[in-house]
Amino acid sequence: MFMSGDNLVGGYGGADILKGCSVGVERGEIAVIVGPNGAGKSTAMKAMLGMLDLREGQVMLDGKDITDLTPQDRIAQGVGFVPQTSNVFTGMSVEENLEMGAFLRDDDFSGTMEEICALFPILKEKRRQPAGELSGGQRQQVAVGRALMTKPSVLMLDEPTAGVSPIVMDELFDRILEIRETGVAILMVEQNARQALNIADRGYVLVTGENRFTDTGEALLANPEVRASFLGG
Amino acid sequence: MDVLNAITLFANFVFVPGLAYGAQLALGALGITLIYSILRFANFAHGDQMAFGTMVVILLTWWFQSLGVSLGPLPTALLALPLGMAALALYALAADKFVYRHYREIKAPPIRLVMASVGVMFVTNGLVRVIIGPDDQAFMDGERFIVRAGNFRRAMGLNEGLAIKSSQALTVVIAIALVVALFWFLNRTRTGKSMRAFSDNEDLALLSGISPQKVVTVTWIIAAALMTIAGTLYGLDKSFKPFTYFQLLLPMFAAAIVGGVGNPVGAILGGFVVAFSEVTITYAYKKFLTYLVPESLAPEGLMQLLSTDYKFAVSFIILVVVLLVRPTGLMRGKVI
Repeated sequence: MFMSGDNLVGGYGGADILKGCSVGVERGEIAVIVGPNGAGKSTAMKAMLGMLDLREGQVMLDGKDITDLTPQDRIAQGVGFVPQTSNVFTGMSVEENLEMGAFLRDDDFSGTMEEICALFPILKEKRRQPAGELSGGQRQQVAVGRALMTKPSVLMLDEPTAGVSPIVMDELFDRILEIRETGVAILMVEQNARQALNIADRGYVLVTGENRFTDTGEALLANPEVRASFLGG
Repeated sequence: MDVLNAITLFANFVFVPGLAYGAQLALGALGITLIYSILRFANFAHGDQMAFGTMVVILLTWWFQSLGVSLGPLPTALLALPLGMAALALYALAADKFVYRHYREIKAPPIRLVMASVGVMFVTNGLVRVIIGPDDQAFMDGERFIVRAGNFRRAMGLNEGLAIKSSQALTVVIAIALVVALFWFLNRTRTGKSMRAFSDNEDLALLSGISPQKVVTVTWIIAAALMTIAGTLYGLDKSFKPFTYFQLLLPMFAAAIVGGVGNPVGAILGGFVVAFSEVTITYAYKKFLTYLVPESLAPEGLMQLLSTDYKFAVSFIILVVVLLVRPTGLMRGKVI
């Protein structure tokens, strides 16, 4: 797979949270990690980004072992990450947020900025406004836009729809589908499991740090066991 | 006529000195606010680091004077200023490398960094006293006044004169230029923006590839420049004494907190609020009121709210009131 974490074992110093789970994503594909609270969904994503010391397992990107790289180095290698909270620079304008996203780039990034403004028209309109003054949905768009400024080959989103209204959620998912069309590999952790699996090419159901089900989004939605246990019937 | 005399008197003893003092405090508070918002601790060594930078400027000024180098009507200290800034920047970076960096790397709580800065404060204070001595040092040369009290009095035909010292004018001009340059840097340059980003959201800044070491280094260099300039201007305007610089810590912190710590505009505003409060509260209004009220009502006492000996009480009261009533400060900074 283009990016994958295989047999991940590790935690934040105490007991292991990840107990040998594997997740991965191909280019032009959306992979979604779902599961109950405390299943280690976000932890698995953090492990992929290198924010967690792994005791076992490895993280591969485009055939290379990146297990020992720092998060910063992984971002330089083309991994974009949108944290769940505090994912914008609240005191800086929308435009400055995007500029900071492109901090690692030495080339002219005005083209990328235009592409992102085309994807999220609201960002162009509000480009002079501090990101902290925007609504939750608009902020998420700034956050995703910021992560896209490095032109990543993998985009990781940690619960992008947490705390936004259903309408905004649908809109965000539409945008994420558009991003997929550009050939980016998208890995997402989601609470809104049903809606997320709807747009997923690949779904992982994690329970207590282990893979419980792995299939296409469609198949998982159709699986009666998954429906009964994780999707509320 | 009496009204004009009263205004001139007020301008001479309150407004002009307050303006210069306010600008000096503002530069000091800007440094404190910058360090607080980017390095995330209250730098107690600020006053003594100011003394260190100023000491270097003074020593170089004396050397230049002995060589016969001067700037004509301007103080020779201006020539030594860039070197003093560089010396303090090196000193601050060394302190960062040997003291602060360790605490930053182990992600120590801010209070430990504050305590470390108290240590840096004592060491710096001792160093300055050993090198230049604890006494008053004068290093002002060049033209002393822009407007002389006597000339002003004769030209305007008033009883009262207005004096504007060149150090006061220099303070205000340099402070304005510095603030404009600093805001341009923070808002328009890539490095400045990365510093704001780092201050705004450290984790996200790291995820964006902003190098914390570079941000920290640039912050110390800018803070050192601000400290040396503020210290030198204060020394030119009044005089240099290590203990006085240590005491400046209180009004400077009061200024940063009144304005809203972490907010550069607030630091400038706070500097003037503290300076004018101090000067207006400790000024004796007897003569001023005598000009304004009928002779029969002329005050007998000094009409001074607080003796100048207690001027630090003013900063302290402002500090306490702001922390109780509006802990975010006037311009909505962070809560300490």
